[in-house]
Amino acid sequence: MGKQLEQRTIALGGNPNAGKTTLFNALTGSRQHVGNYPGVTVERIEGFVRHQDTEFHIIDLPGTYSLTAYSEDELVARDFLTEMKPEAVINIVDAANLERNLYLSVQLLELGVPVCIAMNMVDSAKSMGISIDTVKLSRLMQVPVVPTIARSGEGKEQVLDEVMKLASAGGNVNKFQISYGDDLDQVLIEMEKVIADGQFLDELYPGRWIGIKYLENDPDVVEKGEQQDPDLSKQLLAMVDKVSRHLETTLGTFPEALIADYRYGYIGAILKQGVIKREYPADRLLLTDRIDRVVTNRFFGPLLMLAIIYGLYQFVFTYSQVPIGWFAIFFEWLTDVVSSVLPDGLLKSMIVSGVIDGVGGVLGFVPLIMFMFFGIAILEDSGYFARVAYMLDRVFSIFGLHGNSVMPFIISGGIAGGCAVPGVMASRTLKSPREKLATMLTVPFMNCGAKLPIMALLVGAFFAEHQASMMMLITLIAWGGALLVAKFLRVTIISGPPTPFVMELPPYRLPTMRGLLIHTWERTWQYIKKAGTVILGISILLWAMMTFPGLSDSDKQVFIQQRQELKQTVPLSVVQEIERKAGGEPVTLSTEALSLRKKLVLIDNKEGEAGLRGSVAGRIGISLESVSRFAGFDWRTNIALVGGFAAKEVVVTTLGTAYSLGEVDPEAAVSLGDTLKRTPGWTPLLALSLILFTIFYAPCFVTIVAIVKESGSWKWGVFSMVFNTVLAFGIATLVYQIGSAVGFLGG
Amino acid sequence: MGRINMRQMKVNQKGRIASVKVAGELGRRIRDMGLTKGAEIRIQGRAPLYDPVALRVRGFTLSLRNSEADFIDVEIDD
Ligand SMILES: Nc1nc2c(ncn2[C@@H]2O[C@H](COP(=O)(O)OP(=O)(O)O)[C@@H](O)[C@H]2O)c(=O)[nH]1
Repeated sequence: MGKQLEQRTIALGGNPNAGKTTLFNALTGSRQHVGNYPGVTVERIEGFVRHQDTEFHIIDLPGTYSLTAYSEDELVARDFLTEMKPEAVINIVDAANLERNLYLSVQLLELGVPVCIAMNMVDSAKSMGISIDTVKLSRLMQVPVVPTIARSGEGKEQVLDEVMKLASAGGNVNKFQISYGDDLDQVLIEMEKVIADGQFLDELYPGRWIGIKYLENDPDVVEKGEQQDPDLSKQLLAMVDKVSRHLETTLGTFPEALIADYRYGYIGAILKQGVIKREYPADRLLLTDRIDRVVTNRFFGPLLMLAIIYGLYQFVFTYSQVPIGWFAIFFEWLTDVVSSVLPDGLLKSMIVSGVIDGVGGVLGFVPLIMFMFFGIAILEDSGYFARVAYMLDRVFSIFGLHGNSVMPFIISGGIAGGCAVPGVMASRTLKSPREKLATMLTVPFMNCGAKLPIMALLVGAFFAEHQASMMMLITLIAWGGALLVAKFLRVTIISGPPTPFVMELPPYRLPTMRGLLIHTWERTWQYIKKAGTVILGISILLWAMMTFPGLSDSDKQVFIQQRQELKQTVPLSVVQEIERKAGGEPVTLSTEALSLRKKLVLIDNKEGEAGLRGSVAGRIGISLESVSRFAGFDWRTNIALVGGFAAKEVVVTTLGTAYSLGEVDPEAAVSLGDTLKRTPGWTPLLALSLILFTIFYAPCFVTIVAIVKESGSWKWGVFSMVFNTVLAFGIATLVYQIGSAVGFLGG
Repeated sequence: MGRINMRQMKVNQKGRIASVKVAGELGRRIRDMGLTKGAEIRIQGRAPLYDPVALRVRGFTLSLRNSEADFIDVEIDD
């Protein structure tokens, strides 16, 4: 063992798209950990890197353009820097986009944290004819500046060297300060004095910075100030008020605007001193601009977008089939092993129907989710995602959503056959809290892959002549419903002005495989973690509800007797034939044996139905009948729908059991369809009512877990369960009752 | 020299920001992204439904809704 490693905490911050993730990965390799900042849903990624005798603990701050209090991301970054006081901050900036990137650097420096600038993407800047004099920039700003190419890892050692020096020196050499013009400079000096005398918030922030935040009307700082010293805070606000009025009359502006003007002014002044050298004029049409001419073209843009989304779909749902198949085979194998090892009985039933089916159902999604995230990562990393948001924002903003809402909708099954779990998780790309919440609460209305078999069953049985148009109608109803509900939510419980769109359209870039794989794996792993734990409990619970209390012994006796009576009607040899077959012998059954076996299965199924009816779930189903009959549902449908809460796949199988058909393969549900059609009361109107209910009612449990995780609160999970079910019931009842009254669709 | 609202600008038209007349979050976002007084801009294009608008400022492309552009006045040369 060598000598003890010294531990130092540092942070990595920068604008979105500056290459922060790439640099972080280059620095830390696989030594990373993903978590959350306490109390918020912002991801916190941290990692470790050893440099000489020091172990750096690096925190990846959220990518931001500024450090205001308007977004969770920015607040988190700011609070981390002021509360945790890292020994240095690596500020990654994009050399090809220096002016705007330095705007954040200026704010970091004002905050008084030790900053080292990593001048990234010098390669792509060079290819655009831009070169940066980092030495000069470093001298002018009094900050270490290191050129880097995060993609290849170039410069990362030098960055760590500089960070080492900074940390050892205890900060940047000179105090950073920029001028905000005579009026504001004057009042800032006065404020600084008042702040210093009152020891106001001084354990957190530098005095001048507090003054600037008061001038900017920063709600977070003002609130903290109010708490610590209301009088002093009032005094500061009065000073702000005075200078504001003065600025208003003399210059027609206000402090916040002036501050931004001067920050950009400062940056402009520095860059003008020969820091940037351009081979071409600054407003030359870039490759990205030329691509955009086509990709966001009025006619061609939307077409291309449809093609790309369709391609993503094809990619995800075609290629994930194979690994999904492996998962299915694995779980079947596991079921077989467990079945043959364990004796018949409750334990076996619980492990097979509760644990393996439940967990298998969730893990079965993993390949799908991985492929989906991979596809999304390509669109994100290449820069195309921002263009989709740009093109569709007009439509989505009408309903109180955001251009970025489109992907979650499509992933959830907007075209048919997605999954709401990755859909809800994809709402993470929305940085606007209200729009994000409205999006994740409405994406479960899309027709996910698990709802499709239900639709196929009902449409196939009751609307056989109009299958295609019915499916189309179902998709339209889902979209229309989702958008209207979003609008409804945005004017009621999630009301509030739209979050500003103001969005960068980043340059197109070729994604790297490494970046894609890291993105994909991080998100997939989070899904496995969150789904795996909760779903186990829920599936065991549902299994228990559908199993207990089970048939009484006397009821069981009835079925045993029926079987025996049946067996006595045929010669013993026929019974033995069946027993030998069941024992695994390769016998070909005679016609009598086949017919006997059929009859025996019928009795088994009757017993299954009776068991389900008598179970807790069955009783719930029966007791719900008094309400559900308004929508036309009997207890059988009710149980199936309750089961669908665990996973929508369960609806068709449970209906099968409830109609004494035994286990129904959802893919080949013809016999169930026929049975339903022959059952009195099952009119096309009822089928329609059930279709509508299925579109809108509570999302499956995994989706709810995802909503809880992404929204950061159980409240929204419960809300979507209750609200959606009430809504669905209202719609189904309305259609069923009106339909029955006017005799529509056989009602 | 004339002053017009950003919404009225045509694709490829150039100008300089004259004023951003909005405070609060929206104003802050607009200014943070570099649309401050005097900044040179060029309209890059408009989305298929004419909203949002994309423009070049300080060497990158920024998009904003027409309703947000309404707060921005631009000085144009012709
Ligand atoms: N040419 C070039 N591309 C880079 C460099 N660093 C990152 N990139 C690419 O820039 C894109 C955005 O990088 P990413 O790390 O995801 O940005 P973030 O949003 O700041 O985390 C990715 O496609 C990277 O591969 C670099 O130094 N040179």
